[in-house]
Amino acid sequence: MAVVVVGLVPNARGQAALEHGLRESRQRGARLVVVNSSRGDALVDEDFLQGDGLRRLHEELAASGVPFQVRQPVHGRDVAEELAAVVAETSAELLVIGVRRRTPVGKLLMGSAAQRILLEVDCPILAVKSPPPAS
Amino acid sequence: MALDDLLAGFGDALTPGNLLFALLGVLLGTAVGVLPGIGPAMTVALLLPATYVLEPTSALIMFAGIYYGGMYGGSTTSILLNTPGESSSIMTALEGNKMAKAGRGSAALATAAIGSFVAGTIATLLLALVAPTVVDLAIGVTAADYFALAVIAFVAVATVLGSSPLRGLASLCLGLYLGLVGTDVLTGQERFTLGIPQLSDGIDVVVVAVALFAVGESLYVASRLRRGSVQVIDHKGNWMTREDFRRSWKPWLRGTAYGFPLGALPAGGAEIPTFLSYATERKLTKHPDEFGKGAIEGVAGPEAANNAAAAGVLVPLLTLGIPTSATAAIILAAFQGYGIQPGPTLLTTEGPLVWALIASLFIGNAMLLVLNLPLVGVWVRLLRIPRPYLYAGILAFASLGSFAVNADPLDLVLLMVLGLLGFVMRRYGWPVAPAVIGLILGPIAETNLRRALAISDGDLGVLVDTWFSRIVLLLALLVVVVPIVLRLVRGPRTTPAELQHADAKTDAGDRSTL
Repeated sequence: MAVVVVGLVPNARGQAALEHGLRESRQRGARLVVVNSSRGDALVDEDFLQGDGLRRLHEELAASGVPFQVRQPVHGRDVAEELAAVVAETSAELLVIGVRRRTPVGKLLMGSAAQRILLEVDCPILAVKSPPPAS
Repeated sequence: MALDDLLAGFGDALTPGNLLFALLGVLLGTAVGVLPGIGPAMTVALLLPATYVLEPTSALIMFAGIYYGGMYGGSTTSILLNTPGESSSIMTALEGNKMAKAGRGSAALATAAIGSFVAGTIATLLLALVAPTVVDLAIGVTAADYFALAVIAFVAVATVLGSSPLRGLASLCLGLYLGLVGTDVLTGQERFTLGIPQLSDGIDVVVVAVALFAVGESLYVASRLRRGSVQVIDHKGNWMTREDFRRSWKPWLRGTAYGFPLGALPAGGAEIPTFLSYATERKLTKHPDEFGKGAIEGVAGPEAANNAAAAGVLVPLLTLGIPTSATAAIILAAFQGYGIQPGPTLLTTEGPLVWALIASLFIGNAMLLVLNLPLVGVWVRLLRIPRPYLYAGILAFASLGSFAVNADPLDLVLLMVLGLLGFVMRRYGWPVAPAVIGLILGPIAETNLRRALAISDGDLGVLVDTWFSRIVLLLALLVVVVPIVLRLVRGPRTTPAELQHADAKTDAGDRSTL
């Protein structure tokens, strides 16, 4: 079965990526693998889904009817490496990520996770900024 | 008259500059209190070299702010993360985290903050009232009596802190040994200097404290960088209701009643009173069914107790020069750094300084009450700092500080060696506080011992010449023997640490960072 991977961060962009991912896997008849990772080096990482947030994600995915899997790798690697690893392992045919506008200075200082993903992951990537149009 | 002196102290503490230092102190203190593994003792040690350029009053006011702030900050992490920031907040985590999970986080934070304020204020007032009396009593204390006091402080701290008395005593001996390094003040002989000229002045307290606390902890964290993160519970929910107040005020007062006297005794700071307060509230509550599910009494009592104990610890420190917690020991080192020797004469020779310090405790306490609740969101955000950055910063600051005290590269080597020692101690559950107290109080105890022996011409009988020293030494003996006997009779004891392990995860371990 084909696989679509979604890189999920709990915010509006992540939600947009998730919705596009659901739509793509439905159209392709593919399994959806949702990746929500953390470097695990801070005591608290609010981007790492736990408790209620994780339960809501499972409910939402179950309601969609698409076969899915949620992975939360924590290996001390950054998100680009985690996604590349998952994509390689599942031989995914598409990766969906949410992106946002960044200023050049912001990118210079903090780097850009999206840019690293685009450069490092070996599969077609769908970068989305807003939820999919209603179909 | 104590009240006049206290008012004069407020006069000194309320200058804009000193207020700023108090504010800086409480902010820093809360921040380090919130972060597990970093406590007020480490912070004061790290800041010690930087404050030698300040007025003693300003520096000590800042340290007092850090000391009290650490008590407040610890409760936030306990309640919202179930990860006690400080060993004295372990009890708070038991009920506080359950309350937060039940959506009553705000009420738990509020009862902790207000309880801390009430207890801190009452206990500071008691400190102001008791200190002159203790000083009057202490004037007649002989060198032998003083030695006896130091001995009881040693054994009490060593046996009470940490996971076992043996580890505590071993840690104490390590500190005593490090305190011996250097030139003997009376005979000019070099001891344990290994022929290294720089060691003839002894190892600087700052280097040892920073190495054991900061470097040891950093290496420990690096060795087991936690994978995965802890969930923060939203501090949603209503503020304290009338009912919450009604249920909280008695635990606050009872917690204060436990905390202050037990803190003032050389019994190792805040863990025991918080434990006792929790046990009492559990027994006295009218809502026994709520205990274990988030009873507000179980937060109010221990939080009050730990702040009252923090004030209590200052009684032996300011009146006798005997530190009973790691932070107190480092504040004592700060006094020595300014050429001030705490002891019975402190209040007469440095009266204005001490009273300004006590006044600043009131001010800091009020600041903490105002700052703490609105800023909870900011404190929680601190926990998102990736640990590599945080500990890299601490290590850089530790090296800078250790080098700054004497501008001697050897201190950096010592920092590394002792830091490795600190890591091993942390790894095998040796409490660091007894080592620091041994290091700082050891030389003072030695001086008094030898002074007493010099007066008596070497007759050891002088040590038990007065009733005071007999009673104190007997108590010290009991402190060592009774737990062993009790263990033989009753089986393994239940320590706060064990209870904690049973009921909740801890990251504070057995570090005593009061």
